[in-house]
Amino acid sequence: MPLLWLFLLILAIAGAAFVLARMRVMAMSGQDRRSLHSLPNYYGSNAAMKSAIPALLVLVIWLIAQPFYVNSVVSGAIPDSDIAETSSRSLVLAEVRRAADGIDLAIATGNLTEDEARNMRADISDVTQRLSDAGAIVTSQITQPILRAAQQFRVLNSTGYQLMSIVVLLIAVAGGLWAFKETRPDFRARNVVEQGVRVLLIAAASIAILTTLGIVLSLVFNTIEFFRLYPASDFFFGTSWAPSFSGRGGSSDLGILPLLWGTFYISIVALIVAVPIGLFSAIYLSEYASPKVRAFAKPMLEVLAGIPTIVYGLFALLTVGPLLVSVFGDDGLGWMQAGTAVMTAGLVMGIMLIPFVSSLSDDIINAVPQAMRDGSYGLGATQSETIRQVVLPAALPGIVGAILLAASRAIGETMIVVLGAGAAARLSLNPFEAMTTVTAKIVSQLTGDSDFASPEALVAFALGMTLFVITLGLNIFALYIVRKYREQYE
Amino acid sequence: MTDASMDSAPMKGRLTTVDARTKKRNAAEKRFKAYGIVAILIGIFFLVVLTVSILRSGIPAFTQAEMRLEFVLTQEEFDAAESQVLKTKAYEAIFINKLSTALTEKGISVDFNAAAIERLLGKPGSTIREYFRANPDQIGQPVTFSLPASSRVDGYFKGRISRDTVVDSRFFEATDLDLVDALADAGIIVRNFNWNFITGSDSGVDNPGGAGIGVSVIGSFFMMLVVLALSLPIGVAASIYLEEFAPQNWFTDLIEVNISNLAAVPSIVFGILGLAVFIQFMHLPQSAPLVGGLVLTLMTLPTIIISTRASLKAVPPSIREAALGVGASKMQTVFHHVLPLAAPGILTGTIIGLAQALGETAPLLLIGMVGFIARAYPEGVVSGFIDPNSAMPAQIYTWAARADAGFYEKAWGGIIILLIFLLTMNIIAIILRRRFERRW
Repeated sequence: MPLLWLFLLILAIAGAAFVLARMRVMAMSGQDRRSLHSLPNYYGSNAAMKSAIPALLVLVIWLIAQPFYVNSVVSGAIPDSDIAETSSRSLVLAEVRRAADGIDLAIATGNLTEDEARNMRADISDVTQRLSDAGAIVTSQITQPILRAAQQFRVLNSTGYQLMSIVVLLIAVAGGLWAFKETRPDFRARNVVEQGVRVLLIAAASIAILTTLGIVLSLVFNTIEFFRLYPASDFFFGTSWAPSFSGRGGSSDLGILPLLWGTFYISIVALIVAVPIGLFSAIYLSEYASPKVRAFAKPMLEVLAGIPTIVYGLFALLTVGPLLVSVFGDDGLGWMQAGTAVMTAGLVMGIMLIPFVSSLSDDIINAVPQAMRDGSYGLGATQSETIRQVVLPAALPGIVGAILLAASRAIGETMIVVLGAGAAARLSLNPFEAMTTVTAKIVSQLTGDSDFASPEALVAFALGMTLFVITLGLNIFALYIVRKYREQYE
Repeated sequence: MTDASMDSAPMKGRLTTVDARTKKRNAAEKRFKAYGIVAILIGIFFLVVLTVSILRSGIPAFTQAEMRLEFVLTQEEFDAAESQVLKTKAYEAIFINKLSTALTEKGISVDFNAAAIERLLGKPGSTIREYFRANPDQIGQPVTFSLPASSRVDGYFKGRISRDTVVDSRFFEATDLDLVDALADAGIIVRNFNWNFITGSDSGVDNPGGAGIGVSVIGSFFMMLVVLALSLPIGVAASIYLEEFAPQNWFTDLIEVNISNLAAVPSIVFGILGLAVFIQFMHLPQSAPLVGGLVLTLMTLPTIIISTRASLKAVPPSIREAALGVGASKMQTVFHHVLPLAAPGILTGTIIGLAQALGETAPLLLIGMVGFIARAYPEGVVSGFIDPNSAMPAQIYTWAARADAGFYEKAWGGIIILLIFLLTMNIIAIILRRRFERRW
């Protein structure tokens, strides 16, 4: 039974439970609502909740657990002798899964019947041929053990799903019946329903924790896997980045230092552009600008923050890059070879960061108490002297926090560097040379067609882990500074 | 004279004349103010440059050079062409014949041969043959054919290729430009609005002219449906819990810390999460809008939670107290009174969150929404969610990464369409805020 139908059926059962429970309690109370503990709808909701939620929960858990069970059974059934020297159990399993998918596809296109699929043994080459006729991806000749495992895989899966449908529907009906039985006028239905809603609310709020957990676990497990294949010291202290494209050769150099250097260099260029412009804009907007100018200029600058990064990436690649080449390239000063360079990416990223720096600094400058300004004016200071010697020192921790937040943004930025910074990993000081960053390499290592199990693909998770730790550290530090500063004046 | 000492006091300056030090201070004041103005002007200048370069490079994508020719195909010509071995070749010969007649009628003489026409148009014969085989009743009637010109002809009209830069190749020769000019003078080659760009699907790597963004718009649409259906209920439920029910304890603190950190995690990390959890672990289909929607949901949730909490906080406590006072339970207070009053603010925040998700590219790269050609519209609702598709920003990236410069124009054009969507969503959010915002 397709999942969608199962889901709709559960909802239908819950709806029926709602109506029945409501009718029952109304009949028991003799159509007199005053003798009920709760409003009639709460009795219905109680029944609907008790039939739908446990059933859906079981459904989700089953869907997650079944693949593990099937994999372990099928993998246990393949004898060690059938796994070739050069292969591994997980590769054989992947092949089994592909063969099973192929059989499904062949049945769907009519190249095989269900009975044939279950009882195929004899003619191996025939099976391979039929599967590829049906358009399935068959990488090699399907061998006897793999075919048998694939058949077992299919049988286990289909009985599993049948069993799941039955169990889930039974749970839904049983839950509905139980709630129907306890529906009595003195049953405290509202309290029970509200308790249930509260649990749902807590579950929704916990998704944030689950997401973080998911990020950390997926990064950590794959990183550990990577460090088993590639020494951690070479990764952290290696000065050369040269992944081999052939897949599983040991010839790759995967040192993170050139990537980190590229990342920091580009971020520094970006901050050199963004911090002065953003800071002076914030000072002008909060201290000098008339309300009219402020109402115009502030949203204008913030539009820059709402533009998707792909637009900046294209702007770097097709507008800023060629422009810089025409000035600094071979026709001009001769410093620049191609449009993609640290300068290109840094400049465009700086433009993107202006609104971050300016609106955060604006808030912080506005939070400095007016009394401090008034005191300074009273001593005869001009407005700029007040800003430089009173307001800015008072706001400094907050501004540093804002700059750190902008820096973390710059380090994690992907599209601008993928399109604007180039692909060559280099340790160089020339800002007109192409360099690459951690984020750009995550994209290039995971979008190729190399095997997920190879160090060339797994290194992306180690890079992601490094990125996650650096940006998280920067964020926590920045938020700590900003918060501490706010408390001072509140 | 009681104040004799006044006269002997040294006069350092007068209030009416400005001394050097005051001048210096006033100049510094002016300078400082000027820095601020310059900074803002630079910011706005960048915005203007960005807008101008998007518009200037993107608008040509909405037009396409076409060769438009009206002619009559007689029954004899049709029969003669169908009886030949190389049928499309025969139709091409007919087309060239009709073209030269049309040119002589207009009094323009220019030399051309079949090879030149093929360089300009591809192979027109098959289009014409298919049309007349499908509509035999049109034989003998005047029919107007609009055939898209090759990307190089298109580039010539848009200034991408000029007489000085054109390089002779098997795709294009400099002499072809004379023919193009003559045809343009005759009104046979015209620039038309390119509907195919808006409604069409992506083309192969060698055909920038035929590429359209329509299919990836649909992909983005399904992705946004997933984001809306998941992030709105979950985000609102989480905010209600945190704002109205959560006790002050370590668990609440943990949730709060997590939400504020997730808001600052780089988007590419969410892509890694999607790849590892949804594709490697759960075996969901690669490149599917469903997976893209799930990843973007996780990314958008913090934004929606933060804005929803702000609008729940803005509902004054007196509303809650009044509801509790007449006997509503805490849950009834929140769902019957607080939530409806906060709804406009929640909606505004959700639209802004969706707009952010719509423009996000990096996580989509990792779950495989680039690197293939989004050729076909999904067949139905379910296939819209689970069949491989692209999304607008991913499609733009794909085009930007291709070698042919003709695709750059498409990428800019795609950006214009993306920005139109974003602008519309933001304007709706602003209008909602203006109309429904209540000051307590």
